[in-house]
Amino acid sequence: MADSMFKTPWRAEVGKKKRYLFLWRWVVIATSVVALSPMVILSFVNYFQYKRALHEEVGERARHVTASTKRSLEFFLAQRRSALTFITRERTFEDLGDQAKLEAIFENLQDVLGDIVDLGFIDSGGKQISYVGPYDLKGKNYSEQDWFHEVTIRGYYVSDVFMGYRHIPHFVIAVARKWGAGKPCVLRATIDSDILAQQIRSLNIEPPSEAFLINREGVLQTPSRNQGNLLEKSHVDVPPYSEQWVVREAGGSSGKTSILGYAYINSSPFILIIIKYPATSLANWFNLKRGLWLFLIFSMIVTVLIIMTMATYMVSRIREADSHRAMVLHKVEYQAKMASLGRMAAGVAHEINNPMAIINEKAGMLKDIATFKDDFSYKDKTLQLVDSILHSVERCSRITHRLLGFAKYIDVKIEAIDMDILVKEVIGFLEVEANYRNIEIKVDVLDDNIPTIKSDRGQLQQVLLNMLNNSLNALAESGRDGRILITLNSEGPDHVSVTIEDNGPGISKENLTHIFEPFYTTRSNGTGLGLSITYGIVEKLGGQIETKSEVGVGTSFKVTLPVKKQNSGSGS
Amino acid sequence: MKKFKLLLVDDEEEFVRALAERLKMRDLESDTVFDGDQALSFVDEKEPDVMVLDLKMPGIDGIEVLRRVRKTYPNLQVIILTGHGTEKDEERARRLGAFDYMRKPVDIDDLVGRVKKAYKRKLDDLSVAATFAEAGEFDTAREIMNEDDDGSGKR
Repeated sequence: MADSMFKTPWRAEVGKKKRYLFLWRWVVIATSVVALSPMVILSFVNYFQYKRALHEEVGERARHVTASTKRSLEFFLAQRRSALTFITRERTFEDLGDQAKLEAIFENLQDVLGDIVDLGFIDSGGKQISYVGPYDLKGKNYSEQDWFHEVTIRGYYVSDVFMGYRHIPHFVIAVARKWGAGKPCVLRATIDSDILAQQIRSLNIEPPSEAFLINREGVLQTPSRNQGNLLEKSHVDVPPYSEQWVVREAGGSSGKTSILGYAYINSSPFILIIIKYPATSLANWFNLKRGLWLFLIFSMIVTVLIIMTMATYMVSRIREADSHRAMVLHKVEYQAKMASLGRMAAGVAHEINNPMAIINEKAGMLKDIATFKDDFSYKDKTLQLVDSILHSVERCSRITHRLLGFAKYIDVKIEAIDMDILVKEVIGFLEVEANYRNIEIKVDVLDDNIPTIKSDRGQLQQVLLNMLNNSLNALAESGRDGRILITLNSEGPDHVSVTIEDNGPGISKENLTHIFEPFYTTRSNGTGLGLSITYGIVEKLGGQIETKSEVGVGTSFKVTLPVKKQNSGSGS
Repeated sequence: MKKFKLLLVDDEEEFVRALAERLKMRDLESDTVFDGDQALSFVDEKEPDVMVLDLKMPGIDGIEVLRRVRKTYPNLQVIILTGHGTEKDEERARRLGAFDYMRKPVDIDDLVGRVKKAYKRKLDDLSVAATFAEAGEFDTAREIMNEDDDGSGKR
C-alpha cells in the first residue's frame, strides 16, 4: 500500500546513509579479522611444520644411509681382513713362504673374494719372500716403510687408495702374525678399490646428492660427482673425528642448504661422506608451497567476498527494517494525533451545539416577532439581519456535524452497490448547483462489465460528494467554463476505480502534500475537513485515493475500491 | 377531545423557554421541565400527549426517561431533540420507542410539523383501539395501545 499513498501526510524517515556505511565497514573488518586470522596463522604454522618435516625426512634418510653404509663398508673390510688372518693362522710360515703354495692360496682367495689383485708374504725383516700377482714385487723390502711398522705394531693395516702401476686404483689390506718368538711377519693383499666405489654406487643416490670416500687428508678415495676426480683433494673440509656416524646441516656449495653425513670407517683410513640436497623432495616442496599459498590466497579472497556480500545484505535489511519502522511509527503517531483531534473535535461540537441551539431559538423568536408584528419602520431590516444570524447558525451546524462525522468511526453497512447508479445519484444531488454555475458534468464508463462493489452506500456517497464539491468549488473560482469528467473503470478483477477530473485552477505542489490533512483549506469559508474525512472513509473501506494536479490545467482524484471489502490494516 | 398537552424537557432553560414561546406563537401550548425527575413527575400527574425530550440531562438522562415512560405510558409519543446524538443514539432511541429523533439546532416549523404528527399518531392509535374495544376485542385494543411506533412487535 505504500506506493499508492503518495502525497500522504506522513513521510518515512530514512536513516542516514553514513551511519549504515560505517556499520557495514566495521562489520566487514571485524568479521574478516576473526575469520581470516586463524586461516593465516594456521597456514603459516603448517608451512613451517611442513618445511621442518620435509627436512627431517631428508635428514632421516641421510642418517639411515650413512649408518648402513658405514656398517657395510666396515663389514666389507673386516671380511677381507678376517680371510687374511685366517690364512695366517691356518698355514705355517713355510707354507706361506712357498711360492707355489701361495699361488694356490691366492687362487682360492680370488675365487672366493673376487677383488684381490695380488697377495704377498713378507718376513719379519721386511722382505717379500713370496708374491703372487701382476706386479714384479718379489724380493722387495718394505722394512723402511711406515705401513710396515704400523702393521707389525698394530697387527693389521689398511692403506689409502693409490694409483697402481697400470693406472688402476688399489688399496692394500695387510695382517701380521708372529710365528715363534721372533718378530711378526705380514701377509699383504692388494684390492681393486673399485669395489669401494661399487659399494657406494649401489646406494643409488640421486643427483645432485652424492656419496664418496675420502682419507684423513681429504683426498678422494672413490670417484665423486661434484667434488673432483679420484685421488684429488675434495672440496669438503675433513670433518672432525667421531666414532659414531654424524648427520648435520651444512651450507651447500651453491648456497643451498644441504645435509652432510659422515662416518669414519673403523680400522681404515677412509671417511664416508654423504651430501644430500633435498632437491628431489624440494621439487615437491615447491609445488606444495605454491599450492599452499595459492589455496590460502584464494580462500582469503573468497572469505572476504562472502563476508562483504553478507554484510551488505544484512545492513541493507537493517536499513529497510529501520526505515519501515520509522514509517510505521510515524503513521501510528499520525493516527493517534488524528484520533485525539477527533475526540477533541467531537467534544467541541457537542459543547457548541447547545449554545447554538439557543441562538437559533432566540433569533428565531426575533424573526417570529418581527414577522407577526405589523409593519414597523425597521421590519425589513430586522428580518434581513435575523436571517443572516440564522444563516450563520446553520453554517455552524454544518461544521459541527462534519466534525462529528470526522470524529466517529461509523460502522460500515455492507450492501451491493452499482457504482454507475451511485455516481448518477450523487450527481443528482449537485445538479442544480452545477447548472447554476455553468459547470458541465460528464460520466464516462470505460468498462462495460464493471463489477458491483460490496460496500457502504452512505459512505461512498459521502466520498463522491466531497470530491465533487471540491471540484465545484474549485471551478467556481476559475473564470472558465467548468467541466467535470467522472470516469468509471475496473482495475483488474478485484478493483474498481472512480476518477473525478476537473479543469479548475489546479493545486500547487506544496499544497498537494497537505490536502488530506484535517483543517487544511485554501478557501476562505472552507472547513478543511472534507478531504481528510474522505481519505479516512476510503481507507476504512479498503481502498486507495490518488491525486494528480497541474496548476492552470486541472485536478483529478482517483479512488480505487476493492470489489469485496478488505481489511485496511494499520500497516498500509 | 381533551386539549392537546405538550411537554418540553431540556436542562438548557434558555433554550427550552425560547422554544416554548415560539411554539406558542404557532398555537402550540406547552409546559417545560428541566430534568428527568421533573419530567417523570409531570407525566404521572398530567399525562401529556407528546413529549419533546433532550438526551443529555443531569440526574436521570433522556434514555432512562424514555424507557420508563414507554413502560408506564405507552401512548405517550416521545420526540427526542438533542444536541449530541450519533446515529447509534438515534437507532437506540427509536428501538426504545421514540416516535421521532431530531438534532439541534432545529427548524421550528419542522418541529411543529412533527409534534402534530405525533399527536395525530396518538389519536389514531386511540381511535383504532377504541373501535376494537367497542367491538369487544379488548386484547387487540390493548395490543394496539402497546405497539411500538413502527409496529415492529411487542415490547
